[in-house]
Amino acid sequence: MAGTLLLALSAVGLALLSALIACFTVREPRLLRLAAMPVFGLAGLAAVAAGLTALWQGDTLTAVLPLGLPWLPWQVRLDALSGFLLVVIGVVTFAVGLYGPGYVRGLEQGRESLPALGGFGGLFLAGMLLVVLADDAFMFMVSWEVMSLASYFLVAFHHDHAANRRAAFLYLLMAHVGALAILLGYGVLASFGGGFGFDAMRGAELSFGWASIAFVLAFIGFGMKAGLVPLHAWLPEAHPAAPSHISALMSGVMLKVAVYGFIRFVFDLVGEFHWQWGVAVLMVGSVSALMGVLYALMQQDLKRLLAYSSVENIGIIFIALGLSILYLSTGHTTLGVLALIAALYHTINHALFKGLLFLGAGAILHSAHERNLEQMGGLLRRMPWTGLFFLVGCMSIAALPLFNGFVSEWLTFQSALQAWQLESGVLRSLVPVAAATLALTAALGAALFVKVYGVAFLGQARSRHVRRARRPPLGMRAAQGMLAALCLAFGLLPTMVVATLQTIPLQLLGAGIPEATAQGWLWLTPVAAETASYSAPLVAILLAVMAALAVWVWGRGAVRRVRPGDPWDCGFAPPNARMQYTAAAFSQPVRRVFGLLFHVDEAVGVREDGSLRHRLEVRDRLWDLLYAPVARTVESAARRVVRLQSGSVRIYLGWTLITLLVLLWIIS
Amino acid sequence: MTASPWMLAGLQALLYALLAPLLVGCIRRMKALLQNRRGASVLQPYRDLYKLMGKEARVAHTASPLFRAAPYVVFTATWLAAASVPLIAVNLPTAMLADLIVLVGLLALARFFLALAGMDTGTAFGGMGASREMLVSALAEPAMLLAVFTLAMTAHSTNLSSVIDSQLAAGLVLRPSFLFALGALMLVAVAETGRIPVDNPATHLELTMIHEAMILEYSGRHLALMEWAAQIKLMLYGVLIVNVFLPWGIAQDFAPEALAAGLGAVVLKLLALAALLAVAETVLAKMRLFRVPAFLNLALLLGLLGLLSHVILEVGT
Repeated sequence: MAGTLLLALSAVGLALLSALIACFTVREPRLLRLAAMPVFGLAGLAAVAAGLTALWQGDTLTAVLPLGLPWLPWQVRLDALSGFLLVVIGVVTFAVGLYGPGYVRGLEQGRESLPALGGFGGLFLAGMLLVVLADDAFMFMVSWEVMSLASYFLVAFHHDHAANRRAAFLYLLMAHVGALAILLGYGVLASFGGGFGFDAMRGAELSFGWASIAFVLAFIGFGMKAGLVPLHAWLPEAHPAAPSHISALMSGVMLKVAVYGFIRFVFDLVGEFHWQWGVAVLMVGSVSALMGVLYALMQQDLKRLLAYSSVENIGIIFIALGLSILYLSTGHTTLGVLALIAALYHTINHALFKGLLFLGAGAILHSAHERNLEQMGGLLRRMPWTGLFFLVGCMSIAALPLFNGFVSEWLTFQSALQAWQLESGVLRSLVPVAAATLALTAALGAALFVKVYGVAFLGQARSRHVRRARRPPLGMRAAQGMLAALCLAFGLLPTMVVATLQTIPLQLLGAGIPEATAQGWLWLTPVAAETASYSAPLVAILLAVMAALAVWVWGRGAVRRVRPGDPWDCGFAPPNARMQYTAAAFSQPVRRVFGLLFHVDEAVGVREDGSLRHRLEVRDRLWDLLYAPVARTVESAARRVVRLQSGSVRIYLGWTLITLLVLLWIIS
Repeated sequence: MTASPWMLAGLQALLYALLAPLLVGCIRRMKALLQNRRGASVLQPYRDLYKLMGKEARVAHTASPLFRAAPYVVFTATWLAAASVPLIAVNLPTAMLADLIVLVGLLALARFFLALAGMDTGTAFGGMGASREMLVSALAEPAMLLAVFTLAMTAHSTNLSSVIDSQLAAGLVLRPSFLFALGALMLVAVAETGRIPVDNPATHLELTMIHEAMILEYSGRHLALMEWAAQIKLMLYGVLIVNVFLPWGIAQDFAPEALAAGLGAVVLKLLALAALLAVAETVLAKMRLFRVPAFLNLALLLGLLGLLSHVILEVGT
């Protein structure tokens, strides 16, 4: 067994060890932060090392584990795609390992169960790592379930709130509907390929109809886990309910595991592409991106807002994947590879900045005990480091140049702009419309994060506990700093990242994009040098030079002194904290312009003591359109079935007999 | 004798910074003449900047360090964005550095900091301006990108130099897609640079402000930088429109005569555009904030029509 694979499996082992250590925290609560969290972080480090080696060496390692069913031992495989996911999982896990000790310290005195937190955390990580390493459907589904169930218990961690219990139940329900769809999808492939191993499935010869059925099942199953609209309803409920470092793992990493599943299923196992699939993925991705960001803009709870923003980013990843399928199905392999690389780039970017932002939200929760944006304000002064790192996260996710989010969106736009090469006029006009949706999403995303940062970190504190926020411990700041530095690095050195990511399409599709990195590390030229080029390092250097020039010119000769004073505010009385623009006020114009898409319930009334009261409730329209009818149908069906429950054993035996007879009749 | 491309690029960036106040002065003068006022000299914006530079800056005690850094970020990002738009010559290295999408990104970077600075002091007007600015830009950006996509798909490149080159090579062809894209880009430019009917740069009524509301708290050199950045942005959009849609006259090699001709041509074209803007601002009234989405939807529609007419009518010809 090669060393790299051993390293990857040792990451799984360390994750399980961390879970085991956590079981002893009943006696000794300190063990969680002194032993379990560091081991958790080490598991992440091992995963990163294994993943990077696999990406750089570019060969495929396989092994058979002495586990599983007698005739179906677990097969593991580490190729470039798995390696990439190991890196994604590992980086965020390592940051969480750094961050966790400071965060869980506050829970040691609480009533919450520490063994559950550490134990299920370790299992959750082990499940994700095994999903990525699995090389047969059986092991894949078992690990998938471990991941889902462990995260269910983490969502239900603060179970004394009814809302959290409800969120956890919804999550469990939808995770299993999704898992069922995935299982059926694998079933189609297995029956045509003659085995549950992924090798057998790759060889399956499918007709267009069966392939499409498998594709739709996988799209539903993985899309549900990834949080694509309209199957996203669980996500904004479940992610905020978990403790913040787990939220970072769920939003930053678990959604990526679902994306991995989709890529593995469609690009690797099915291995053929049809333009209809591409159109479906492109449209669902566009709708998810737009709806995700609009709903995020409506939120006042920071963690919920970040969860909705995950829906948006998953949408962006699926836009790129849809483009990729579209190009691959029409024979434009290079363009398909470009779009796939854009998707993968956004995958790791989203892991980095969403991890960073959730850790930042956790730091605010830890220091100020507040999740509601309307109570925050002025946190930059109380938590300068967290404020700085959070700003980097906001700029990255808002796709501003120099940061990583911009590179992946730029690559997506570049691949969309090659749509003129498509033969069909309909597709040629569809792709730019999706690109325009992406542009609208990006611009609204910038508005969203101006709102988040402006309301939370700038201005004045809106409540007393926020005004007295403590500084978060060093480990928490270090974890955020590491992720922020990586966001910047991935934004400044895109050529190196793309060169590394190229191994994945080379293995999956047998093609790369050599043109992209042909001009040296300074220039990223996705199609050709004269078509489009972006040089992040040079843009950064020029910005620095020009800024230095501006500071130099401005600093000389002129009056340098800065006189502090009250805000002017057009000469009215000095403004107090309650006169600031609130989060709800900031998004009011958007609420009004896009009002048709939401259930907005807004009213201004007068309380009995004469003070004004503003009530605002924004609900998901899809909830009433899609989920409520399903829930009602299930309930009424259950009420009908309940009539069978008479309490008499004889009648039950009768039913059993009838069932047996029917079954015998069917198989005979 | 030919100058080195990087030197020319630097010269072009300086020209943007130096000429932008003049353009604003010209527009103001033209507007004054159209409104039967005498108006200030065209050099007045330079005097204003000089005066503000020499003044002491006042910073609210509620402001964070971001408030003082923001003017530099806004100015630099806008300036770099402008430097990547060919002014007097094509094939300069700055166009390689940042293509059309990076240009939009750099402007977004400037806007991000502008809006954050507006919210930083915690005043009501700052937040109001930031909220409105982000709405307007969110609606304008897709329209702008659609117009840009039309250009990029025609030229098969997002590099502005290549786009202009392909325009020049194609000669004077009337393309319906370009007319639509031009319309979209003009509407977007009006919205993004805060001109009437979307925003009024000369307003004194706080409740109708967008751009001015965000920089209300700035004074002294910080205000000068913010104002200058806004002037450069106006010039950027003007040059983008005239040089992409009517590129004739721009220098294609670096010979001094060609460069002088390029400078003369772009000045004339900009003056014509300025006159158009002055007339438009004189005859139009500022619209209510919630009429702006309809205005920008028109831009989006024009952009979409441009793109569709391109992919349906023009591809393959």
